[in-house]
Amino acid sequence: MTVGVLAVQGAFAEMAAYWRAQGAAVFEIRRRADLARAMDLLALPGGESTVQGKLLTDLGLFAPLKARMDGGLPVFAVCAGLILLAETVEADGERAERRPARWFGVLPVTVRRNAYGRQLGSFKTVGTFDGRPDVPMTFIRAPAITAVAPQVEVLSTFDGRPTAVRWRSITAFTWHPELGAGGAGRAVCPPTAVRRVEDNAPCHAAVREHAP
Amino acid sequence: MENRQELNRNLAQMLKGGVIMDVTTPEQARIAEAAGACAVMALERIPADIRAAGGVSRMSDPAMIKGIQAAVSIPVMAKCRIGHIAEARILEAIEIDYIDESEVLSPADDAHHIDKTAFAVPFVCGARDLGEALRRIGEGATMIRTKGEPGTGDVVQAVRHLRKMQSDIRRIASLRADELGEAAKELAAPLDLVTFVHDNGRLPVVNFAAGGVATPADAALMMELGAEGVFVGSGIFKSGDPAKRAAAIVQAVTNWQDAGLLAQLSENLGPAMVGINADEIETIMEERGK
Repeated sequence: MTVGVLAVQGAFAEMAAYWRAQGAAVFEIRRRADLARAMDLLALPGGESTVQGKLLTDLGLFAPLKARMDGGLPVFAVCAGLILLAETVEADGERAERRPARWFGVLPVTVRRNAYGRQLGSFKTVGTFDGRPDVPMTFIRAPAITAVAPQVEVLSTFDGRPTAVRWRSITAFTWHPELGAGGAGRAVCPPTAVRRVEDNAPCHAAVREHAP
Repeated sequence: MENRQELNRNLAQMLKGGVIMDVTTPEQARIAEAAGACAVMALERIPADIRAAGGVSRMSDPAMIKGIQAAVSIPVMAKCRIGHIAEARILEAIEIDYIDESEVLSPADDAHHIDKTAFAVPFVCGARDLGEALRRIGEGATMIRTKGEPGTGDVVQAVRHLRKMQSDIRRIASLRADELGEAAKELAAPLDLVTFVHDNGRLPVVNFAAGGVATPADAALMMELGAEGVFVGSGIFKSGDPAKRAAAIVQAVTNWQDAGLLAQLSENLGPAMVGINADEIETIMEERGK
């Protein structure tokens, strides 16, 4: 299995190490020429979504990656990566009108950036992921998923809100499975959790509110 | 507080491969964010102006910092004086994302740094070599940056500090385990941290370059020498076209190995900050706080 890790900004080295530990061959995507290589999965790391979103465009990566996502390329995304995928990014106050409220927009969820506040609001917890108990979860200036479309599978929750979701070939987290002492995050998401789904029909279903 | 230390190291990991820019107004903060800054450093005067003004330089007005926090969604950092516990408490109270205990401001304590393990908020500190870096990490810093010589537009010190740090790390990694005690003594650094460097061949926290970076090529040089990201202080808003220069430096940090792209990015940026040769100045900030 070959994983392409978006490496324009953020914790891409950690994401690459996460997939190497699972036996994948990994390469970094920093510019258009890197997309000449075949990949079975695209991994979007943590970092700053505004920076990554801007660099995707500036470096000519946005359109080709979007085309592959539309073609069913499996995607594994954490934190900033989830924001890049979300269909709707909630407006944050006066800043809303100044930048696009969405980037790839391929995952039918609504996210709120920095939903737990500034760095003092960052935290660790332990929860159930995809039926597995006691999984350590690290939230760093994390976004929250405030609404999901009905077909979206919720893999973990915190305070009643989804914190990891799976939809078609996309798996996305508000927390960081790639961080954590002693490789605690390693076992969280085996490659089988990322499925290539043949049905790529667009999702027209209404987004339902996910009450906290 | 062990949990906070790890969370705070984790935030620095999210900043990697990015550019942290000094800003003095909400407007500059918006320009920096739009240009692709991964965080901004809020301060009343950029280092070049601190240098020009002289006198005692202190923590910025919290109202000014809050204005910048309200203007952007990326992390906001601010500086306190070395050893100034109360300034750090104030910055923590306004929920700053990262405190820079910085030699750019006038030191408040010429013997002690802040015990950063007593804070929930993270700290970044300057260092010129491995010993200094590990002393700061031992005090609780969760991110390190080279000191360079701020406000000069001259990268020579940042290069020296980055090379020294990397060569110190390589030397420690090459030692036998039973030689680490003596090495810790020489470095004046905690043995457990020296042992970490020996076992892992790197610092236990993220290491950025800072001091004198003024061009995309300067930023690429820092990455070439092993920095994990770059602080740009006076270099952006003291230049002719800050937005364009800032965006070019951001791309240079991502694609520092692509000389063709660096050439494009370096074209028509307008005048860089004028700069001062680091050996022609009287106030040597890097000497502050060892």
